[in-house]
Amino acid sequence: MSGSSRGFWDGVVASLPVMLAVGPFGMIFGVIATEAGLNLLETMAMTTIVIAGASQLAALQLMTDNAPVALAILTGAVVNLRMAMYSAAIASQWRGAPLWARAFAAYFLHDQSFALSMRRYAEQPAEPQPGKIAFFFGVGVTTVIVWVGASYVGALAGSMAPPEWRLDFAVPVTFIAAVAPLLRSAPQLAAAMTAIVASLVLAPLPFNLGLIVASALGIAAGATLETIMARRAAA
Amino acid sequence: MSASTELTSAEIWIVIIGLGLATYLIRFSFLGLMGGRAPSPFVEKLLRYVPAAVLPALIAPMVAIDRETGGVAAPEQIIAACVAVGVGVLSRNVLATIAAGMGTLWALTALGL
Repeated sequence: MSGSSRGFWDGVVASLPVMLAVGPFGMIFGVIATEAGLNLLETMAMTTIVIAGASQLAALQLMTDNAPVALAILTGAVVNLRMAMYSAAIASQWRGAPLWARAFAAYFLHDQSFALSMRRYAEQPAEPQPGKIAFFFGVGVTTVIVWVGASYVGALAGSMAPPEWRLDFAVPVTFIAAVAPLLRSAPQLAAAMTAIVASLVLAPLPFNLGLIVASALGIAAGATLETIMARRAAA
Repeated sequence: MSASTELTSAEIWIVIIGLGLATYLIRFSFLGLMGGRAPSPFVEKLLRYVPAAVLPALIAPMVAIDRETGGVAAPEQIIAACVAVGVGVLSRNVLATIAAGMGTLWALTALGL
């Protein structure tokens, strides 16, 4: 097997355990989108084009609030800003890779492909670049297939889920599952606590505008505390 | 999220295409648009705190505020979210966290608390 085809299949295999989380999340999106009034085509178009569950759910929430469309797009984009960080990290490992590979990679850049690829690159720094790139795509392609398939199942099942299952609550719980592992350093915790307090205080603002302001305040708090702690450590 | 959207089909498609395009450009940012240049240390520092700030800012009002009345949400929802945070921080396991949050909500509702 060539290095790149082995890398690809390694990526597929490495991503399988993670799919246990991607699958249910995709189904939740399908259910919530259907309940929000999107038809099957709209639900599937959104989940296939965006491929970013948290932002899809955030945009859906604004759509059910009947917010202006520009605000729904902006809020979804804010939720996805973390992917700029992923983009920079992957780019630093892919120096000199052809533009077509990087253009495709942007579509397959998710939490899963980022995290698993960075772990692989740290463990096998000597792997030739084609293998590194193929591993990333192995994870990314698997994620897209599972994500889109699970969204479809959720969309079909959506109208059948009884309200007492409280699947609406699965949305914040899924986000909690995504963010909780991060909250292990003081600056990350400061960012989260600041954002929580600000988002609750600013909640009366129309159309979730509080989200954007609270996010900015949280980011500023985390970065500021990091700077202060670095200065103390250096002094 | 029990309410349905009143957006027209055209508006829904604008959101889908607009969010898809914005997300793609964010992903392509450093891979393509910046010509492989690394972000400045300052931008990198800000980006480090995006997930820990944005997701809690999204979660907290969903959990703690009743969307119909604008007042404080039902306590079982807030308790279930706190349990999920605790399990998530300690276990770092996505499925265990979701199970803990939903399980607590179902249990508290069933007990009528």
